[in-house]
Amino acid sequence: MNAAASPDDMLIRIRGLTTVLSGKKVFDALDMDIPRGKVTAIMGPSGTGKTTLLKHITGQMRGDAGQITVDGRNVPELSREALYELREKIGYLFQNSALLTDYDVFENVAFPLRQHTKLPEVLIRNLVLTKLQAVGLRGAAQLMPSELSGGMARRVALARAIVFDPMLILYDEPFVGIDPIALNQVLKLIRTLNETLGITSVLVAHELDAIKHVADHIFLIANGKVVAQGDPKTIADDGSPWTRQFFGGEADGPVPFQYPAGDYAEALGFPRGGA
Amino acid sequence: MNARMANDNVVTQALGQIGSCGLFLLQILAAIPRSLRYGRETVRQLWFVGAMSLTIIMTCGLFVGMVLELQLYHVLSMFGSTSMSGTVVAIATYRELGPVVTALLFAGRAGTAITAEIGLMRATDQIAAMELMAVDPLAYVAAPRFLAGLVAMPLLCCVFCALAVFGGHLVGVSWLGIDNGTFWSNMTATVDVWQDIISGVIWKSLAFGAVVALIAVFQGYTAPPTSEGVAYATTRTVVASSIAILALDFVLTAFLM
Repeated sequence: MNAAASPDDMLIRIRGLTTVLSGKKVFDALDMDIPRGKVTAIMGPSGTGKTTLLKHITGQMRGDAGQITVDGRNVPELSREALYELREKIGYLFQNSALLTDYDVFENVAFPLRQHTKLPEVLIRNLVLTKLQAVGLRGAAQLMPSELSGGMARRVALARAIVFDPMLILYDEPFVGIDPIALNQVLKLIRTLNETLGITSVLVAHELDAIKHVADHIFLIANGKVVAQGDPKTIADDGSPWTRQFFGGEADGPVPFQYPAGDYAEALGFPRGGA
Repeated sequence: MNARMANDNVVTQALGQIGSCGLFLLQILAAIPRSLRYGRETVRQLWFVGAMSLTIIMTCGLFVGMVLELQLYHVLSMFGSTSMSGTVVAIATYRELGPVVTALLFAGRAGTAITAEIGLMRATDQIAAMELMAVDPLAYVAAPRFLAGLVAMPLLCCVFCALAVFGGHLVGVSWLGIDNGTFWSNMTATVDVWQDIISGVIWKSLAFGAVVALIAVFQGYTAPPTSEGVAYATTRTVVASSIAILALDFVLTAFLM
């Protein structure tokens, strides 16, 4: 982000991250600084490794080279115990919610509290109901995950991600599948958590209109690197080919719409050189 | 040449699976102390793999005992030794049929359920979610199911044996008219607690329980996160467990006899 910012201002620092998956270079010496206490959005075309980047930050995946420091700790070098200790301070919202299907909504949200604290049942109940109220699903506390719509499941997963009031929340596609009313509430919630509790939020999303309302800073990644960054207004108007194509939704530009393939006419069986 | 290479490939894959399964066992054993704090989860799994398997185990035990008694009665009647049929039912059940059939049924009923459940948990990111909530899935998911299998198998085997002897009694005494006193006295005089009950029922079923639970958890844990992957993993649990049970039975019998 800002080169003059002190390392302490940055909750996440990524330096020279290089990752090769199935022979494809997903990250090519990627550098990124995510500031503490801000809402940062990571955007980019599908398949550019946005979710993979979150997996690197949480230590689910290790890159082939580079450093990822979260709150001063180099994630790839952490022991299992140290990594779990760090993860207790991180909330993560999955793309597909990843609710525990054996437990009802209440128990799903209470799960992290039951595993890591010895809080009395009354306090757990109040904390869980508070978080469910925040996502508008207090009345659904007794429902099973199979009884929820996709949008409701996502909101339950959000309540679970924030139940510990973590220092960092990673949102993987938080706006997919939720209706405009819930979307507005989720945006407000992300902003409120950030402003009242100082929680750092990192969002991976495609919806620029929604991101504009909530993000302080946006990174646009493509071809394994950060190709543009800035606040929502700056990045939308910066005029680079990357931002023009991505935010304009154009098929032509530096990011190919077509997955690499052979000759189209040949694939369809047409003779070379036309009829 | 191609057939030989394919055979080599199958053998290499099988050996690789056995090696990975062995390493996974070490990971589970290392996770058991950490899983002790999830005692409730272990009890829940014990209910799921143990109590929920009771119906099939009891029904099959009863019929195995009944058919065994029926066959033995007709064979032994040729030698005028029908009074020994109950004893043979008991010994055959305690030493071989009880542990082996219980383990095969356990693999089919509980093993497949464990594999499918863990495979689906992986496919739907529930295992990854636990990892990210700093909950060790080996301690919370794998170890409780392994322990539950280990504890449930000997108990289920005892129930199977009891029902088999009861089935033998129903056919031999109630139907074919063997004297009740002779049936029980021959049995109690011949069955050896150490040789038949401890070595047969307890040790074998403990070993089979460990093997089936390990294979079931391993297959679920390593299943590709697709519907086809989970389906294949479930099938592999039954196939690998059945082969392992019968092979291990031979080895254990050779050592315990």
